[in-house]
Amino acid sequence: MTDNVIVAEGLVKHFGKVKAVNGVDLVLPRGTVLGVLGPNGAGKTTTVRMLTTLLTPDRGHATVGGYDVVREAESVRKIMGVSGQYAAVDEYLTGRENLDMFGRLYHLGAKEAKRRANELLERFSLTDAADRTAKTYSGGMRRRLDLAASLVIRPEIIFLDEPTTGLDPRSRLGMWEVIRDLVRGGASLLLTTQYLEEADALADEIVIIDHGHVIAKGTSDQLKAQVGGERIQFRVAEQAMIPKASSAVLDVTGNTPEIDSETHTISAPVSGGTRSLVSIVNALDRVGIEAQDIGLRRPTLDEVFLALTGRKAEESEEDGQ
Amino acid sequence: MSAAQYVISDSWEMTKRHLRQIPRIPEMFFFSLIQPIMFVLLFRYVFGEAVKVPPGIDYVQYMMVGIFAQSMTFATAGISTGIADDLQKGLIDRFRALPMARSAVLVGRMSSDLIRNLFVALVMIGIGLLVGFRFSNGFLGALGGIGILALTVLAFGSIGAWIGLMVPNAETANVAGMVWLFPLTFTSNAFVPVQSMPGWLQAWAKVNPVSIIVNACRGLFIGPPHFPVTPAIWQALAWCVGLTLGFGYLAVRQYKRAASR
Repeated sequence: MTDNVIVAEGLVKHFGKVKAVNGVDLVLPRGTVLGVLGPNGAGKTTTVRMLTTLLTPDRGHATVGGYDVVREAESVRKIMGVSGQYAAVDEYLTGRENLDMFGRLYHLGAKEAKRRANELLERFSLTDAADRTAKTYSGGMRRRLDLAASLVIRPEIIFLDEPTTGLDPRSRLGMWEVIRDLVRGGASLLLTTQYLEEADALADEIVIIDHGHVIAKGTSDQLKAQVGGERIQFRVAEQAMIPKASSAVLDVTGNTPEIDSETHTISAPVSGGTRSLVSIVNALDRVGIEAQDIGLRRPTLDEVFLALTGRKAEESEEDGQ
Repeated sequence: MSAAQYVISDSWEMTKRHLRQIPRIPEMFFFSLIQPIMFVLLFRYVFGEAVKVPPGIDYVQYMMVGIFAQSMTFATAGISTGIADDLQKGLIDRFRALPMARSAVLVGRMSSDLIRNLFVALVMIGIGLLVGFRFSNGFLGALGGIGILALTVLAFGSIGAWIGLMVPNAETANVAGMVWLFPLTFTSNAFVPVQSMPGWLQAWAKVNPVSIIVNACRGLFIGPPHFPVTPAIWQALAWCVGLTLGFGYLAVRQYKRAASR
């Protein structure tokens, strides 16, 4: 128990008829990263808002750092860092003034707030821009400032709500590095994201939320195994070869393969690893087909999501129907 | 430090935040002065001769006090827009997730706006002096009048804070904070005597809190015989304190449950 820094049991939050969160359980062990994954409107942000004391759950309870998020909200606020979906900084203040203000609002004292602001500006490569108003910052710089603001008290528990939404690929990779750095420093992190590769890259454990429910949880490997483990995939040169090739695959694997007729790609789940790879190459050889780009691959989290929910992760609720 | 000390230090931190913003958005300050200045010119030189005030009263004196009060009620719009903007940008969420005093965001916003509006009031008084306004009830009277103007900022600012937390975005706040102020201030005695209005409107104009605040300010700035200080000053105090406490309470309650949008 003592080693789980976040424990949520049966969290429920309804807004009128909208069941935003409808029974979410999750656990964050100390020093690890929990990725909360789901499309827009799945209930991720509402869950985070309850854990960070911004919303009171209708039912269920949760502790952060051992403190109850409702009864001991003030203690929770003293030990956590929160960085939301928006770069929530005052754009008319400079980077330094922003950090100094948050330091003082955490009651660090004037001297320590100032020192800490300098330290964070340095660490997030904002020293050159420190005395410019945040209005003049790029999107990536604002996010870094926002994240820096949530680290003012060196929190051991950090909530990052979609930290890279809207960032360009380079800024996103930069943000990933920063996040990995925090974990190396011993922080425990709860991270929500719509991007499966982000959860794959950063999280030790993943929880997938949809329609306010946890629909799957486990490590990235476990979730991928749940969908069917390894797959074989290859291309053929011509459309006409597809029927022969797919019947050869069916014979060997016992599974009807998936066919993408546009790219002439055939794929199917396999269980025998490289041995099934060899058998399929031989079977194709016997019917005179040469397979191109043949290989074994693990399913992506995108496929996991598709298999679990029947739609792609990037689609929002409405788009999916 | 105790909880009460944190209320003061956190509120001061938020006040500092807004005071720093003022010189960085000079256009906002400029436009908050332009409007009352236009009213001064309009009522002094365009409508001035047409408005009938009781004999013995100088219309410049009469309407300048009205404009002082009216320009303080405009504090509402600035506060509601600012708060709605903070809410929309996720800053209110961030403040609510900090171990800071629950009232500090609103108190800081109000105190900085009080300082800003006192400056507006001083500029307006300066312009009033240029177009012929004179304090005729002594230094203490003038000081008391400025005190009532300050309380007016708090009263209407509290309404603005509540509106800012209730509306869905900053654009709506800008309109919602402003739209009712024109009918409210123009159906008062700020620019024309209540006696010149139709009967049904007189009944409202007499109880309009803006009229009562203007009465108190006229008593303090201009004084007897035409403008007695009491009981207007007590009525105005009651209105200002009542509005501040009532809407302040509603605003803090709304702040605690406000969600970012």
